[in-house]
Amino acid sequence: MSAISVQPATPVRRVEPPLSLAATTEPRWIRYALMLAAFGFLTLFLFVPLVAVFSEAFKKGWQVYLDSITEPDALSAIRLTLIAAGIAVPLNLVFGVAAAWTIAKFEFKGKSVLLTLIDLPFSVSPVISGLIYVLLFGAQGWFGEWLRDHDIKILFAVPGIVLATIFVTFPFVARELIPLMQAQGSEEEEAALVLGASGWQTFWHVTLPNIKWGLLYGVILCNARAMGEFGAVSVVSGHIRGETNTMPLQVEILYNEYNFAAAFAVASLLTLLALLTLALKALVEWRTNESQAPLDQIS
Amino acid sequence: MALAVTTSSPVSTRKRVIPGFHLSLGFTLFYLGLIVLIPLSAVFLKTFTMTWPAFWDTISSERVVASYRLTFGASFLAALINVVFGGIVSWVLVRYEFPGKRFIDAMVDLPFALPTAVAGITLATLYAPNGWIGQLLAPLGIKVAFTPLGVLVALTFIGLPFVVRTVQPVLEEAEKELEEAALSLGASHWQTFTRVTLPTILPALMTGFALAFARATGEYGSVIFIAGNMPMISEITPLFMITKLEQYDYAGATAIAVVMLVLSFSLLLAINALQAWMRRRQAAGSKV
Repeated sequence: MSAISVQPATPVRRVEPPLSLAATTEPRWIRYALMLAAFGFLTLFLFVPLVAVFSEAFKKGWQVYLDSITEPDALSAIRLTLIAAGIAVPLNLVFGVAAAWTIAKFEFKGKSVLLTLIDLPFSVSPVISGLIYVLLFGAQGWFGEWLRDHDIKILFAVPGIVLATIFVTFPFVARELIPLMQAQGSEEEEAALVLGASGWQTFWHVTLPNIKWGLLYGVILCNARAMGEFGAVSVVSGHIRGETNTMPLQVEILYNEYNFAAAFAVASLLTLLALLTLALKALVEWRTNESQAPLDQIS
Repeated sequence: MALAVTTSSPVSTRKRVIPGFHLSLGFTLFYLGLIVLIPLSAVFLKTFTMTWPAFWDTISSERVVASYRLTFGASFLAALINVVFGGIVSWVLVRYEFPGKRFIDAMVDLPFALPTAVAGITLATLYAPNGWIGQLLAPLGIKVAFTPLGVLVALTFIGLPFVVRTVQPVLEEAEKELEEAALSLGASHWQTFTRVTLPTILPALMTGFALAFARATGEYGSVIFIAGNMPMISEITPLFMITKLEQYDYAGATAIAVVMLVLSFSLLLAINALQAWMRRRQAAGSKV
């Protein structure tokens, strides 16, 4: 601006960057060095492994790849993974909404303790997450004898896998919804209730539309972890081929049998799931930013 | 406006307006108890069946102490690497413009989304002596796969997003005016960074460090494939618990689990305190 007004006669040949930007931008060599360090680090730890998964999966060609993911054991692993996620995600979704409603809409004693307890499964090692169910339902466990007498199998069977999956994905939806609903406050719900809506009507027509993107975000992350969980599920599964193997466990078995092409073929499916998760996540973030932007302008 | 309404109305009436307190609290506590609290308490109750000397012998045997040293040492180093490079990555993502920025930003979360077993077999394959990266390092005499260095690589991978995701928002909020003021008053770029920028992002860096460290100490899936799992050398504590379980030594596995749980709960409390500190500093900053 000032540069133009000083010399109005001569045409401006080069647009100077805005002063504020120029003042805080580091010398060029520092910028390039930092970008080189960042891209080098990310290439080494993200992009090379990503390329390697698919390269290893297709090393022996399409036919081996297709055979590896359509053999009966692989299909059964895919089915079990879908079952575990299909049960764990809806349950944790209901819990997440209930917990967020309790914490965001009401004041009560022990709220911060409750918040910490909800986060607990995140700070527990996956191995311990599996171990707790062995202690409860294993042969020497609390309920072990009773379960054996009644011929109910939880450990080394599908219910144990589902329980371990629920445990490790427990906080995801609640974690996304609590800060979101706290930030939104409860004025809109109060207005609906004062105008005569019932509690459920308020929830379905006022709260749910407001939290839908946050809800979706939580469900996406919860699902990714549910389908990919390895440590906890590995402890409770018993590794019975075609019966109690989820996809990550199938990857482990194939890898340990030196069947690398098949291991990476199943791994590539899980990698595609991860990439889909990231894409959906970016989409949801973009949508929330879009819907927040007009609000920011008004306020 | 909205603020005035809520502060003028007493808390007791707000409680009555929004329904479902007892239902939602009841369900939350029931589900929390059933899924998390009762199963977790089993770990502590199980250890009470052990005598104190037996408990102490289990958690202080030579082999398990070696596994603590590896697990916590490698987790610490990995978190430190992530503080340095995660800090640089978030700086580059916030301050610089370049093509593909949004793509790279989204990809930072890959270690969160990628199942740990997939990360494990991929890193093991890459860093094996005949792998893409391993064969470059082999002539230099550096062995990564099946050594403690492999554990460090895996833990660095899984901790990568934590520092970036905690530092990035703080850096976005940080006021560039302060840096401009420092620079225009004659400070060098290095002085501006150490005296102005670094204090602003320090709580976030520490929180990111603690999160990455906490995650790394419990990590299992991505480590076991690349570690080689040699007792005393490259065996991590979670794997040692699995070994105990496979020998049907439930009490032994549980004793070690208690040690890990106590440590991770302490870390959780430390992280909560750090985050509270961060929020207070941000609130104080926005008031100014």
